[in-house]
Formats: sequence, structure tokens, C-alpha cells
Amino acid sequence: MESLSAFFAMGGYAGYIWPAYGLALVVMVAVLVLSFRDARARETELDLLQQARGRRRPSAGESK
Amino acid sequence: MHRFANPARFLRMANAVLPYAAAAAAALLAAGLWFALIASPPDYQQKDSVRIMYIHVPSAWMGMVCYAAMALFSAMALVWKHPLADLLARATAPVGAAFTFICLVTGALWGKPMWGTWWAWDARLTSMLILFFLYLGHMALANAFDDPARGHKAAAILALVGAVNLPVIKFSVDWWNTLHQPASVAKMGGPSIDPSMLVPLLLMAAGFKAYWLMVLILRARAEIAAAKVHTIRMAQVHAAGQGE
Repeated sequence: MESLSAFFAMGGYAGYIWPAYGLALVVMVAVLVLSFRDARARETELDLLQQARGRRRPSAGESK
Repeated sequence: MHRFANPARFLRMANAVLPYAAAAAAALLAAGLWFALIASPPDYQQKDSVRIMYIHVPSAWMGMVCYAAMALFSAMALVWKHPLADLLARATAPVGAAFTFICLVTGALWGKPMWGTWWAWDARLTSMLILFFLYLGHMALANAFDDPARGHKAAAILALVGAVNLPVIKFSVDWWNTLHQPASVAKMGGPSIDPSMLVPLLLMAAGFKAYWLMVLILRARAEIAAAKVHTIRMAQVHAAGQGE
């Protein structure tokens, strides 16, 4: 318990170290989550669009 | 549509790489954090505050590496008109901006206890702030036009012109008398930093690279899907105009 509180105290620099690590974590997770959601949203949109096009003109040249 | 022939191959490759990049990022960052926060010793002068270095320095490297990659991709896009290069340049920008932001804020959090100030208009700090604004400008410009291709070209030119800032950042600590300390890893004669501190530094740096690869793949997938959606919509508008 003693050593755990010493770990969190970071030799008196806790007020600088933990915000630094916390900010890095928040920013990196945010960029990752936003990128993942954006990729999924756009790929879903494309799928829907291609399905709709496929239904309307089943034999028209799907020249992808 | 040979335009998408290469992106299709790229997508197959990227999706195969993605799980490995994610696993590598998780493993490297977990190991890096263990060394950075627990297994590495406090500095003899800076005590525990030196642990901020393991975030700050790899972030700074990433800010510059991402910009160099972005400029390289932009040059390829301008010269060979390769849509994939253009797309990778734009996919890299937010990652570089995020790491540059992390670098600036962790630098302030380190500067306060060690230098007694959050910020100084010192050559290294100022050139890093300019790098951050270059990223923001690049992202804004890329999306500023109704015709995406025009915005992408303008952003690519900005990326190339801004690349002149990279050597300024790197050598700012040698060219000017700065508050910031000079290089201690990437310098002539090898690193002058103790292995116990070099290990967490390199692990975090490698972890950030794997993270970049992972986000780059996700963002490239989004961009490729968006480009296809745009093409289909334009074809629809065109067909409607001809009175289908």
C-alpha cells in the first residue's frame, strides 16, 4: 500500500506526470475511435449505395 | 476504373496488416509504459519528472516523422498523380497533429517544474508550434473546396512548402541558444543516454509507430470508401442530368 501511494506520488511530480500520460492516452484513444467510426460509417454508406445501384440496374456495367 | 485497381490491392494488404499493427501497438506500449513508469530509474537531476520524456520525446519524433511522410506522399501525389499517395498524406495529417499536440502539452508540463515556465518563445518550441499549425492548415485546406481534388492539391503544396520547417526543428537546438536541451539520442557519436532510459524511450517510439500504422489503415479505408461514394454520386447526378 505504501509503495502504491509512493508510485502515484511520483516523487512529488504527480501533478505533472499524470496529466502528461493522461492527455496522451485521451488524445490517442480519441483519434483511434474517431478514425474507426469514420471508416465504418463511410464503408456502410458505400455498401448501401452499391446495393441500391445493384437492385436498380442489375446488369448495367458495374465497372469497379 | 483502373483508378481503384491499386486501392483494392492496397485494401487487401492493409486489412491483413491491421490486426498485427494493433497487437504490436498494444504490446509495445504496454512494455513501454512498464519501463517508463516502473522499471526505469528517476533521473539524478530531474528525479521522477524525467518520466514525462517517455511520452514527450517519442511524440515529438512522431510529429516530425508523420510530417516527413506526409510531405513525401504529397510529392508523389503531385508528381505521379497517384490517388493512393494523396490519400495517405491526408490520412497521416491528423495523427501527426495529435502527436505534435501531445508533444507541446507534455513539454509544458515538463517545462514548468524543470525550467520554471510552461512556455518560452524559444526556437525549438516555436518551430514545433509552427509544425502544429501546418498540420491544422493542411487539414483545413484539404476540405476547403467543393471540388475535393482542388483542395487535395492545395494541401499537398502546403505540405511540401512546410517541409522546410523540419530541418529548422531538428537543428534549432544547435543553431540558436535555446532553453531546450540539445539532442541526446539521434546525434553524431551515438546516443548519450543511459540504456535504462533508452529502452522505454525506444519501446514507446516503436509503439507510437505501430499505432500510426493502425490509424493510417483505418483512415485510408475511410478515404477510399468516401472517394467511391463520391464517384457513384457524381455518376448518379450525371445520369439524372441526361434524363434517365
